[in-house]
Amino acid sequence: MQTSFTPAQLADPHVAESEKILRRCVHCGFCTATCPTYVTLGNELDSPRGRIYLIKDMLENGRPADEEVVTHVDRCLSCLSCVTTCPSGVDYMHLVDHARIHIENTYRRPLMDRLIRGTLAAVLPYPRRFRAALMLAKLGRPFAPLMKRVSALKPFGAMLELAPSSISGASDAAIPGTRPPETKRRGRVAILSGCAQPVLDPGINEATLRLLARLGIEVVVPEGEGCCGALVHHMGREEQALDFARRNVDVWIREIAKGGKDSGFDAIIITASGCGTTIKDYGHMLRLDPEYADKAKKVSSLAKDITEYLSTLDLPKQEPKKLNVAYHSACSMQHGQKITMAPKNLLKAAGFTVRDPAEGHLCCGSAGTYNILQPEISAQLKARKVRNIEATKADVIATGNIGCITQIASGTAIPILHTVELLDWAYGGPKPAKLAAK
Amino acid sequence: MSEAIEFLPPRPAVLSRRAAIIADLADLLPPECLVHEARELVPFETDAFVSYRRLPLAVALPKTTAQVAAVMKYCHRYGVPVVPRGAGTSLSGGAIPQEDAVVLGLSKMSRILEVDYANRTATVQAGVTNLSISEAVGIDGFFYAPDPSSQLACTIGGNIGMNSGGAHCLKYGVTTNNLLGVKMVLVDGSVIELGGKHLDAAGYDLLGLVCGSEGQLGIVTEAVVRLIAKPEGARPVLFGFETSEEAGACVADIIGSGIIPVAIEFMDKPAIEICEAFAQAGYPLDVGALLIVEVEGSDAEMDAMLKNIVEIAGRHGVKTVRESQSATEAALIWKGRKSAFGATGRIADYICMDGTVPLGKLSYVLNRTSEIIDRFGLRVANVFHAGDGNMHPLILFNANDPEDAAKAEEAGNEILKLCVDAGGCLTGEHGVGIEKRDLMRHQYSDADLRQQMAVRSAFDEGWILNPSKVFPLDGRT
Repeated sequence: MQTSFTPAQLADPHVAESEKILRRCVHCGFCTATCPTYVTLGNELDSPRGRIYLIKDMLENGRPADEEVVTHVDRCLSCLSCVTTCPSGVDYMHLVDHARIHIENTYRRPLMDRLIRGTLAAVLPYPRRFRAALMLAKLGRPFAPLMKRVSALKPFGAMLELAPSSISGASDAAIPGTRPPETKRRGRVAILSGCAQPVLDPGINEATLRLLARLGIEVVVPEGEGCCGALVHHMGREEQALDFARRNVDVWIREIAKGGKDSGFDAIIITASGCGTTIKDYGHMLRLDPEYADKAKKVSSLAKDITEYLSTLDLPKQEPKKLNVAYHSACSMQHGQKITMAPKNLLKAAGFTVRDPAEGHLCCGSAGTYNILQPEISAQLKARKVRNIEATKADVIATGNIGCITQIASGTAIPILHTVELLDWAYGGPKPAKLAAK
Repeated sequence: MSEAIEFLPPRPAVLSRRAAIIADLADLLPPECLVHEARELVPFETDAFVSYRRLPLAVALPKTTAQVAAVMKYCHRYGVPVVPRGAGTSLSGGAIPQEDAVVLGLSKMSRILEVDYANRTATVQAGVTNLSISEAVGIDGFFYAPDPSSQLACTIGGNIGMNSGGAHCLKYGVTTNNLLGVKMVLVDGSVIELGGKHLDAAGYDLLGLVCGSEGQLGIVTEAVVRLIAKPEGARPVLFGFETSEEAGACVADIIGSGIIPVAIEFMDKPAIEICEAFAQAGYPLDVGALLIVEVEGSDAEMDAMLKNIVEIAGRHGVKTVRESQSATEAALIWKGRKSAFGATGRIADYICMDGTVPLGKLSYVLNRTSEIIDRFGLRVANVFHAGDGNMHPLILFNANDPEDAAKAEEAGNEILKLCVDAGGCLTGEHGVGIEKRDLMRHQYSDADLRQQMAVRSAFDEGWILNPSKVFPLDGRT
């Protein structure tokens, strides 16, 4: 597509990158068909091609963001379904990242919007604050229906509704230190504990640690790591996101250097695909930081989703179990990281019958903080997702991202687990509590 | 932006009433169905023929036939031009608006209303995507046959407007051969139905007239389409040749011997490289030209037909014959082919030609096409429906270089004239749109065009429906 930027504009490396991305787009429109918001709303402004055009117009004219552009960019889930579809290879992910930063830097949001975003950015990435907030949310939950009736308060209502009814204490799985393997050591990895996941569902990393120990993998939970930065990154708060990224890069590089050559990691294991997409992008996010560019690239190249790593270990085939598993591929898994077959192959090898829900490419509406910030579209996508999953008549749902787990669990009675919890069970671990009745 | 093709000058009486028109439309439509803020109009200024762009006055996105009728009635009353839009995937600029026009987008009307297997029909809203019809009935063993490469995104309404084709139309025909009925809003807002679930209707074949009328006779809001039972099996086979001449001659020979495969698709070397890089479909990279021939039926039927085709290909010096070994491989072969245009975007901007020629002239036209391209100092990739003689030279250029863009357009015009002179026509399936409008005189005599315009006027006396398209601006009646 033709672009018109001045040499002065192109001197900004972010603009230069966006220009390159825009030049790739041939405006064919294929992306509209697989975009969850276009499919839901039927307006090109809420499609990738429409957003690309809005962003192009804003950047070319060097304009601050305005209400219209913000509305349609905010409605983007960053599910990256369009990136999977695009035959021209348009890097929409980095274009919309740039747009979000531009919006954050040039647009003053209405007061309630600022308040809710500020709260999310100050709470979610920090496990202790998040746990405390969930305790409060429990008290506030009766007010959710009331809040949902007032337009500006809807996000608060959505937030209260999403809060789990029981909150677990701090998990042992997040305590720093080295977990020795139970059998002969055949690998060494670091694991990301993350921020929201250990609060919402500590069982996921506990299952991961058990499984890896049995498989002969030494696991290091490094001291000092934390949120990957994805939550604030998707809000356009780039400096905060880069600070999170730098901190994690420092932690992992330090751990790698600690024990000399042999103590390097085979992988940095991530059990939330939303985080995986972002950590695999650290190399890009920090490319302009001379001090961090190389280190970040190294971290990105080591980052592996747990199913990606397990696929390299040749797990033995297990006896078939009488359990039908609907596999829900998180957008960050299938579109962000292009991991499509590994989780299903692992589940099949472990003895489960895997079913693919229809419209598997469409987002469940979770998308980080989307279900809080855009509760109406999110609810429609959730209903559609649940309908497709329930049509498979599965006994259990497996997925690889905590956001999807929380979102889908709030819409169906079918138990939903992280893929690794089923694998841990199949390879000698305890039966997941959610399956007690099965 | 290119300027060689002119749009009608905007009607001052419409432009001066802009605010009033928007206020009136706001009374006819729910708020989420009307776009009028300046910033939000920009993404509607073009379609997939992105070299030309015009901002519309407003965009209406109705949800019902009644809303379409209300908008149409209003625009008719005040002489406001209306440009219909499906998914905006037109390669001929069929959905590009103009400054005084209301874009009437059907994207919110995207429901499948009824599937009737006993009559082998589906009744759908015009904004339903082509592929979603086949997806909805696939589980029961049916599909909708016309398959434009953009079938993932393009709408049935747009397909009817352009009488779209696709790779599998060699056997099953284009849209008009698979369309049984429409509900249509006329220019004055009245609603008519043409055809139905039967093969033919009493009286004139107005349905045939409407299919391919590029949104100038009315706005189709619903369609009844033919469903076809899926064959027992289907197998795409790759045939690689040293030269385009050999491949072209082979196509003519296959068809000439009375064999009708489901599809015969052609790719030249640049196209093979582009598509293979995107789809990793296993296209041979060491050949000069590739045919994808798909056969279908029972194993015995496919084997028998393939045997004949392989024999014919042998006579034309075929170098490689490769059958797809699995459903996944077959899907990749088609994914590569159907993404060819978009995948070309990885290496350059392009415009896509759509001329159709008699099969015996394929090699001749391919050779002359390269000569034209060479003369302009451009590059070309050919990927097209060879069995139909429907050529799609993709002319590669740099959209940020106005001179290059102008050269590409000129070369395209010469290629299309070449197709007409070879006994073919300007457009096989993409429609005339804005792109080929000024070449219509090369195809038709004044008398031919006068008759077509008279038909048009009978439906739309004031020429408000998609007015800048199809007919050259001078000599309109």
